[in-house]
Amino acid sequence: MPELLQFAFSGLTVGAVYALVALGFTLIYNASDVVNFAQGEFVMLGGMITVFLHLAGLPIPVAAFAAIVITVLVGLALYAFAIDLARGSGAVQIIIITIGASIFLRGVAQVIFDKRFHALPAWFGSDPIRIGGAAILPQSLVVLAGAALIVALIFLIIDRTILGRAILATATNRLAARLVGIPVRRIVALSFALSAAIGAVAGLLVTPITLTSYDVGTLMALKGFAAAMLGGMGSAPGAIVGGVLLGLAESFGAGLISSKYKDAIAFLIILFTLFVRPQGLFGKKSTERV
Amino acid sequence: MERLLRNRWALVLALALVLAALPLVFPSNYYFRVAALVNIFALAAIGLNLLMGYAGQVSLGHAGFMGIGAYAVAIGASRFGLNGAVAMLAGAAIAGLLAFLVGRPILRLKGHYLAVATLGLGLLISMALTNEAGWTGGPDGMAVPRLELFGTRLRGPDTWYMITAGALVLGVILALNLIESPTGRAMRAIHDSEIAARVVGVDVAAYKLKIFVISAVYASIAGSLMAFLNGHITPDGTAGFLRSVELVTMVVLGGLGSVLGAIVGAAMLVILPQALTIFHEYEHLLLGLIIMASMILLPRGVIPSLLARLRGGGA
Repeated sequence: MPELLQFAFSGLTVGAVYALVALGFTLIYNASDVVNFAQGEFVMLGGMITVFLHLAGLPIPVAAFAAIVITVLVGLALYAFAIDLARGSGAVQIIIITIGASIFLRGVAQVIFDKRFHALPAWFGSDPIRIGGAAILPQSLVVLAGAALIVALIFLIIDRTILGRAILATATNRLAARLVGIPVRRIVALSFALSAAIGAVAGLLVTPITLTSYDVGTLMALKGFAAAMLGGMGSAPGAIVGGVLLGLAESFGAGLISSKYKDAIAFLIILFTLFVRPQGLFGKKSTERV
Repeated sequence: MERLLRNRWALVLALALVLAALPLVFPSNYYFRVAALVNIFALAAIGLNLLMGYAGQVSLGHAGFMGIGAYAVAIGASRFGLNGAVAMLAGAAIAGLLAFLVGRPILRLKGHYLAVATLGLGLLISMALTNEAGWTGGPDGMAVPRLELFGTRLRGPDTWYMITAGALVLGVILALNLIESPTGRAMRAIHDSEIAARVVGVDVAAYKLKIFVISAVYASIAGSLMAFLNGHITPDGTAGFLRSVELVTMVVLGGLGSVLGAIVGAAMLVILPQALTIFHEYEHLLLGLIIMASMILLPRGVIPSLLARLRGGGA
């Protein structure tokens, strides 16, 4: 029993990070139909910039704040210098551009930073807390609480503010949104900024546990994308459920079946889910119009 | 010029002439090697282009099939003592069979769901190749025994240039014939509108599956040839996600639905990074920039843009 509890804790922690990445995917996708494979690089940048600013002598909170700001600027640059220029291109072209952007950002990180693994100190020490025979790191609780806070914040913004209404309107029908005077391009830029911020926060929250390096973004993006698809593309609750499920699947798969194949187990589950529900768990069934 | 590009036999003849003439200007073995790589990737890209450009289905995991072809010749020759050519055919059969088995459920998915499913398939294959170290040598890869045909060992980039060039010409002929066949017309109908195609009686699922299997076989053969050329293979180098992305980029960069485009796209994406290896540290940075810039500047691909320009008289 304690093992199962242990798997559940670690699954939830990783799952929370996947959920944040998937939420970032969903925000951008809803505003612009862009599948942003550079989402994982935001996570990498959040962690790496914090690490290197801290090494340069800044206190961690300042370094973390600066990392978020810089990552947001990178997100905006990605929109302005790549996505916006390719407006009107097909979905495949846009996917390739964002994958190119992720390779580019990885290349930049490799040049500016280095190729080694880096850690950050845990926020509240690293003495594990014992619950029901399982050990849980205080930082795991930080990740869970942080993720919950971000999710709550995003939902509040979308539900309660005029800005959120504008995002929703843009997601529902871009042309109609423009007609009622919503600055659609600014909303899309904002969605890139928000996604970048979410990714950066996820990165600096999880770095004390999983370490970070210039190339952690790729797998993160693939997992986040997979989680978003599992939940149903375009559904924010789906993204969060998909992320948590993916984390749990990996953790239990690694613990009970094979740790070598933990990523494989996660993807097998996704494949089977999609075979049964081609539109994802929370996705709406759509009918193609001729 | 445009009619020339549209006539399939003119295209095949021109390609064969260029491939035959190139060795005359190659100054060193290095050029043969790079050109052989272009041939190999062009072959895989042509197969993927049948799927993407004609049947309109994306695959973000196609390198997985290359991996199957590559490891089939390595494992077949070293563990089972098969002749390399036989192992290559066995690999193609395995890749085709796998595509046939998983194709039906995967191809039911659409758009981004199809992308994630094919991505997952590619990752599963490359994970299996990485983890089954007893068979595959793990992440460090394994050596590929030289191919022996009629008592001679085939080695040397110039030999492999000739073989891959032959394979490419054959691949082009088969692809062009396929496109002009009833299957090709059905594929284009599916690409334009799946529902309309179904309404006029096209068995959409069966055609998609057929093309998926054919494109998997193309990729597998390309993977086998790459294994022979390099003499050493790794899971990432043959089946990795980045390879799949490169294949997709080649197809789109050259031009969706253009056989010649797939060759041009492959040539660009193989040769450019070779030219950039002098900026060793900046390799990824530049590769990312190239991929982004080519999609922003040429979203419709080189060959279709060129054709449009010819047709529009420079407009």
